[in-house]
Amino acid sequence: MHELSIALSIIEVAEEQSELHGNARVAVVHLKLGPLSGVVKQALLSAYDLAREGTALQECQLQIEEIPIIVNCPTCGDKRSVVSIQQMCCSVCATPTAEVISGRELEVTAMEFCQ
Amino acid sequence: MKNPPRLVEVRQKVLKQNDLVARELRQSFQQAGIYVVSLVSSPGSGKTAFLEKTLSLARQKFRTAALVGDLATDNDAVRLARSQVPVKQIITGTVCHLEAEMVRTALDGWTPPDLELLFIENVGNLVCPSSYDLGEDLRLVLMSVTEGEDKPLKYPTIFNTADIAIITKTDLSAAVEFDSQAAHRNIQSVRPGMEILHVSAKTGEGMDQLQAWLESRIESAAVAQ
Repeated sequence: MHELSIALSIIEVAEEQSELHGNARVAVVHLKLGPLSGVVKQALLSAYDLAREGTALQECQLQIEEIPIIVNCPTCGDKRSVVSIQQMCCSVCATPTAEVISGRELEVTAMEFCQ
Repeated sequence: MKNPPRLVEVRQKVLKQNDLVARELRQSFQQAGIYVVSLVSSPGSGKTAFLEKTLSLARQKFRTAALVGDLATDNDAVRLARSQVPVKQIITGTVCHLEAEMVRTALDGWTPPDLELLFIENVGNLVCPSSYDLGEDLRLVLMSVTEGEDKPLKYPTIFNTADIAIITKTDLSAAVEFDSQAAHRNIQSVRPGMEILHVSAKTGEGMDQLQAWLESRIESAAVAQ
């Protein structure tokens, strides 16, 4: 259960950004989350609820966009989704591949500031 | 009328701070000629016994040391000291994984002179360590035959971020009717192409093979530099 320390890091990022923008109040933090980041969405949302209490982000929403795993399929020669995280093979031709293009994201992509 | 919120693009990795420290560690290891291997596994997979054996083999060829993460006790460090290499404990308290900063702090003022090979034993946990880069060159994931063949399917992320899977406690394979083929199939399913080795720290089976594999990786890293 490391989602709490991840949530605290998100708050840190948001506070830094708020400072850069004249201490503007943050309404929403947008986060991209891939299944290979090792972070579970639901656990992160609960941890975030705890972590934001008593901070400047107390009322700030965390909006998580889940990113699918995309691999480079050597057979199709193209970007493909996989069957599942347990079955890392091309969803089109079933070739196994470890060449992950996306799915490891754990990244704050945007923030909404109150004006 | 209330103004709508202003949307600002940010693009910042949440673990940027950890990644930064890990990158600095990796650079300083490279400059100092230290090869770094981390170990992850669930609790009770035989990680410490495995490391004890690995350390005593590795020290015959390389100046070796180990950092071991544990939640509360220094039992592991005491056991590992028997292998006669410098060992330092990182007690993480309530933290369920090692972070790059903990490694840096532990090494500060402690790194043995002319060190060539450093092992980092992570806290026994197959979930959280997957998110944190420690600046290592290689990540070994261990699973014991007693844990069941479907471990990789339950913890795909850690298997996906590791470089080799080591199946431990093979001396118990028959007793627990370990299905080696199923284990291989599951590992390959979550991480196609992953290398797999079988070892028993107790009987020594497979330990020489692992040692040879490690040496070849260390050599090719030295050539690449």
